[in-house]
Order: sequence, then structure tokens, then C-alpha cells
Amino acid sequence: MSTPDTAIIRIENPQVEVENLNLYYGSSQALKDLTFGIPGQQVTALIGPSGCGKSTLIRCINRMNDLVDGLRIEGAITINGENINDPGLDVIELRRKVGMVFQKWNPFPKSIYENIVYGLRIAGIQDKAVLDEAAEKCLKRAALWDEVKDRLHQSAMGLSGGQMQRLCIARAIAVSPEIILMDEPCSALDPRSTGRIEDLIRELRGEYTIIIVTHNMQQAARISDYTAYMYLGELIEYGPTQRLFTMPEKKETEDYITGRFG
Amino acid sequence: MTKRFWRQGEPFVWATGLALSLILFLTLLLFYVVMANGLAVFWPKKVALATLQDGRSLLGEIVQEEIIPHTDKKRLQFKIGNRDLYGFDFKWVDASEITSLTYPKDVHVLERQEYGNFYGYLSEFEVKGIAPPVSGSNSLAQTIAALEDRKVEVHLLGKKIANLNRRVELIDHHLAKARYNKEENTPALAAMQGEKQGLKTEFEALVSILSEKSAALATNQAIFTDANGRTKAVALPNIVRAYQPNNMSFFAKCTYYLERLRELLFDEPRESNTEGGLFPAIFGTVMLIFLMSILSFPLGVLAGIYLREYAKDGWLVKMVRIAVNNLAGIPSIVYGIFGLGFFVYGIGGGIDQLFFPERLPAPTFGTGGILWTSLTLGLLTVPVVIVATEEALGSIPPGIREGSQALAATKLQTLTRILLPMASPGILTGFILAMARAAGEVAPLMITGVVKLAPALPLDGVFPFLHLDRKFMHLGFHIYDIGFQSPNVEAAKPMVYVTTLLLILIVLAMTSTAIHLRNKMRQRHSVADV
Repeated sequence: MSTPDTAIIRIENPQVEVENLNLYYGSSQALKDLTFGIPGQQVTALIGPSGCGKSTLIRCINRMNDLVDGLRIEGAITINGENINDPGLDVIELRRKVGMVFQKWNPFPKSIYENIVYGLRIAGIQDKAVLDEAAEKCLKRAALWDEVKDRLHQSAMGLSGGQMQRLCIARAIAVSPEIILMDEPCSALDPRSTGRIEDLIRELRGEYTIIIVTHNMQQAARISDYTAYMYLGELIEYGPTQRLFTMPEKKETEDYITGRFG
Repeated sequence: MTKRFWRQGEPFVWATGLALSLILFLTLLLFYVVMANGLAVFWPKKVALATLQDGRSLLGEIVQEEIIPHTDKKRLQFKIGNRDLYGFDFKWVDASEITSLTYPKDVHVLERQEYGNFYGYLSEFEVKGIAPPVSGSNSLAQTIAALEDRKVEVHLLGKKIANLNRRVELIDHHLAKARYNKEENTPALAAMQGEKQGLKTEFEALVSILSEKSAALATNQAIFTDANGRTKAVALPNIVRAYQPNNMSFFAKCTYYLERLRELLFDEPRESNTEGGLFPAIFGTVMLIFLMSILSFPLGVLAGIYLREYAKDGWLVKMVRIAVNNLAGIPSIVYGIFGLGFFVYGIGGGIDQLFFPERLPAPTFGTGGILWTSLTLGLLTVPVVIVATEEALGSIPPGIREGSQALAATKLQTLTRILLPMASPGILTGFILAMARAAGEVAPLMITGVVKLAPALPLDGVFPFLHLDRKFMHLGFHIYDIGFQSPNVEAAKPMVYVTTLLLILIVLAMTSTAIHLRNKMRQRHSVADV
């Protein structure tokens, strides 16, 4: 194995910093000694074969793994210099800063409007004018406004899959997070809807830090600034997307991105 | 060929269809029997005059016909009424003995306060204090109507006396308490004694006025003759309703039917429950279901939420789950016995010791009452609600929970804003089942608070308005009581049908309301495509 220093680049002033992260499900280790930094206001893609731990990793960033029984984490993840694995940390506060979009869209069985303002209502905002404004802003930001503006108060369950996923992104934006985690947001969508979501991600870049897990290497190449390749819980290679896809340093990475493996 | 026939599942489809139709058929049959018998009870039946071979005559409603066993002859059952004259209400007559069967127009049927119906002909009046009745077909109704004011007066007097009685009883309770606390010669005590004395004098005066007035009222009589010319004087105030079924137009019959229906729904029972209304039983049934729901629904939902959302899966939770599931299978009489032992004697007895020691050994809460019955029924239905709540919460896709928590909602916020609304249709379904079961239970009620005849409703205008310690009446128990425990089972039969119909309708109404509510929730919180 070559020294990780060349294959894993160092990011100056990272917003999210993972240090010596180990994660165990019971006795099996799912993440092995990960250390890398994620830059702010950029799109970072996590790629790798199924079971390599990419989803587990991003779920660590908003402590979604708290819900899992028998899970143990060692090491630190710091966001803006604050260790989020600190037991004294307010998880609710963290999740307000770190939004998440899931593989399977999960709008609540409420109206489109109520879905968007859910996070704000949870945060205690009741002013109708503020909520209305936020709903419109977020729906426009998620490029959904024109499609749903006439049926804001109808059930969100009547939308198409792609629309629901964009609604979920709009819902995540509504609470003004700094970071948005996306766990394979397009894997269940048709190419056209996927294209719209990719457009949306490009739009959001620069305003939010986006960390996206994807199975689709073309997608990673299209939308991300940095890409990390993981395999069996280890970080194999991490660098600017262009470099990683054109001249990977590691043989494993090359094999994976050229389709010889994975 | 045959192999393909079996493989295609044609016979299986037939079997499933057959099973469904069988169940449907039995249900409809039950409904038909109850409806047909129950709805016809109040329709005025014609009264037949049968002349027999030995020259005697018979006046009554034909109830049923049957073939005498081992012969080809028929016999008829007549409801002849006039129990005070003959000693029995029903009579079987061989068809061959009857020489003629007519329906005379001038037959009167009287529903009386006691001794059941009277069938006969009106001959004359003996009245005092009102204008002597004009003759004609309406004379009886007019005379009874003329006495109405005086009847109402007597009725109100009776109510007044009952109120006085209650006030005396309340003072007695206070006095007993004072005696128990060894208070003597306090001014308050003296005042109470004085008040009691005053009330007693008033009471006695009223009682004597009442007996005078009702005696005077009772001297107003009408003389009737039966089929064979025997005369019978009937006190007019004793007549609840009089009609001439052979001389009624269709419209008059409808009016009569509606009047009987009104009586059934809003009046008190008479004649050891075989006649009159069912109001106290209807009230008791509905109130019992309400109280039971208020007690068991929140308890079951909370327990279900804890089991599904908060308890860590382990052997303890598994045991609890098994226990809860098994609770639903315990015979209801066992719950009744538990309710009697734990709620009535245990908790009720404890309350008496603590708060009403002066009344002992007469129990206040330490005896059956609507509170204990509701608690017992609540205990019986709570497992169903727990299981339904757990299942409903468990069937919500995990993505929804994560979605809410990822938006910085706490577990409680997720539960109250997302999960419970989504689970509500499922929870309500379980609750509807529980309610239907509770509404139909009789066995546990019999030993924890239901009575044949309750003197007062558990909810009335006397402070503190809601009397949870009171015994109450219930339609289910009513069916058992009049159908199997009444001294005159044959006469009570129509009432059994009516009561059954009413109970079914009430349960149907309550569950339909709940189902309607659930469907509304389902529309609002459906998770199609998730």
C-alpha cells in the first residue's frame, strides 16, 4: 500500500473534518480509520461498491446513526471546529445545520405546503407570513414552484417520484442548513428526473455544502467537485473529481471507475 | 385436463366464495329475524272474537298457529290478556273447536299500568269532577284526556316527594358523618336536625295529599265487559293507552306505532320491564360505552406507543407482548370476577373506608356501579387497543421517521405530528373492534354494577350530576333479564326482539360513527406510494 498522503489530498480549511473515524456494528467494523476533510460550499461525492460504508459515513455526519441499536463510533467528526460526537452536543441543533435527503423520497402524508414548512414549525416558527415566504422561496429554489404553485394545499402524495424527491430537497433547504447530505437521491428515479435533480444540485452548489452518495459514476463526474472512493470501509482515494476520474493514483480506483470491478 | 383445472385454482375461488356467502347468509338471517320480529311489535294487531263449540267466546290477538304434533289438526295461540280476570295471558285453542272467527269493530284494547292488556267492550263510565262523557266511539279517549291535568298533577307531586326524600337522605349522610366524628351539640348540627324535621313534616303532608288525590283520581272508572259478558271496572288513571285496533285507519295505526316508538325510546319501563320504555337502559348502555372509551382508549394508546417506540426490544417486551395478546382471549366473566374483587371490593371498599366510614356497613363505592363496570370493560378492551396501536405504528415506513428526525424534530415531535396522525386510522380500527366487543358484553356487567331496575340515572340534575357510584341498566342485560328471568316470558317475547334490535342499532350507530371518523383520517393521512 502506498502512503495515503498522495492518494488522499488534504483540504485547506475544511468545513467537515473526519479524524480517525472507526465505526462498529456490534463486533463487525464498518468504517476503518477514516481521515479526510470536506470543503465548504462544494459538492463532494462518495462512490464505491455496495456495502463499502458510504451511506454509513454520511449518516454519521448528522448523527442519524443514533437511531441504530448496537452501534459504536470512535474518533471525531468536526463541523466548523466542533466535534459532533461529543456526548454533550445538542443533536437537534446539529440536524438543523445538517439536512438530509434520502434514497427513497419520504414526504409526509400532508399537503405540499405543510411538508415544506414542517422543519420551520418544528423550530417554533408560527408566523404565517414567514412560513408562506419560506415555502415559496424553497419551492422556487428546488425548481418545483411552477409545477405545484396551484396545489400547495393538496396532498404531497399526489406528486410524481421526481417531484417528491425535489420536494424533499426543498423541505431540507427550508430550515437553512449549511450542509445537505444526499444518500443516493436519484437511484430510484428515471433519467429525466435525475437530470433535473442534478441541475438542482449544481444550482445549490456555492450556497450549501453538499455531500452526495452515489452509485452512478457518471453522476459523480458530472456534478461533484471532489470525489472519495471507498472500499470495504476504507477510504482508498480522495481528490478533485477531475483528477480522480482521469488519472487515479490507485489501481483499485482505476479498476472501479473503468468498470473492471464493482 | 383435470390437473390443469385444479392448478388454475377454480375450486379454490369457489371455496372462498362459498365461505363468504355462508357467513353473509347467517348474518342476514339473524338481521332478518330480529328486524322482522322487532319492527312488527308495535304495529296494532287485530283482535279476533272466536266463538267456541261449547258456546263460550274468546277475545284476543292471534299470536301463532301450529300443527298439533302427531295429528293433522291445527291449533291457534291467542293473547287474551285480562290477567286479573283469567290468571293467564295466553291460551291455545284447537282450530276445530272454533265455530266462528270475527273481528268486531267496537273492541277496545287497554294498555294498563298493571296486569297487562285488557281486551273487551266498553259499557259505561263512572266519573267525578269532570264533565260526563258524551257517548260515541271517541268517548273513552276524551274521558282519559279530560283527566290528563289531574294525572300530571299527581305525577309532579310524586316527583316532589322523591326530591324531598333525597334531601332528607343527604342530611342523614351529614348527620351520620357528624355522629361518626363525635360532634355533638354544634349549632350546625342543630340546624340540620331542624331542617330535617321541617322536611319530614312537609314530606308527610305531601304524601297524604298525594294519596288523597290519587285515590280520588282512581274513583274515575270505566266499566268493561269481556267476551263472555263478565264486567270489569278499570280505573281510568291506570290506563296507559286505549285503542280500537279493528276500527283504525292506516294513518291511525301509523300514529299509534310512532307513539309506541317514542315511548320505547324516551320512557321508563313498566310491569317488571316487559312493557313501557327502555330509556334508562339505552342511556346506561351509551354512557357505559362512553365511559369505557374514555378510560381505555388513552391508556391503550399510551401503552402501545411505549411498547413500540420507547421500550427496548428484549425478553421483557416480548413477554409483555405475549401477555397482552393473551389477555384478549380471556373469557369476559373472568374479567367480571376480577372487577368485582379488585375494583368493587378492593378499591371501592378502600374508598369507603377512607371517605365514607360513617355510612358503613352500607357501601357507597364498595358495591357495583357504573364506574367499576366501565373500568372492568376498559380492562377487557385495552389489549385490543394496545395491539392495534402497536401494529399501526409499526406499519409506518421507517423513512418517514428518519425524514422527520433529519429535519431536527425530536422523537416526541415526530410522534405527535407525523406518526400518530398516520397511525390513527389503524388505532381507530382496533378501537372500533374493542368498542363493539364491549357494547355486546353482558357477563362481566352482571356482577359489577348492572341491575334490573335502577331507581335513578347515573347522570342527572342533582349535584354532583355525574353519579359514578350508581348502578345502571343495560340493554344487553335487559335482553337476558326479560327473556329468561321474567315471570311472564311469553308476554315479554316481543320486548326481547325490540331490545335486541335496539342494541344492535346502537352498536351499529356508534361503530359507524367511528368508522366514518377513521375513513376521514385515512383520507387525510394516507401513505399511498411510500
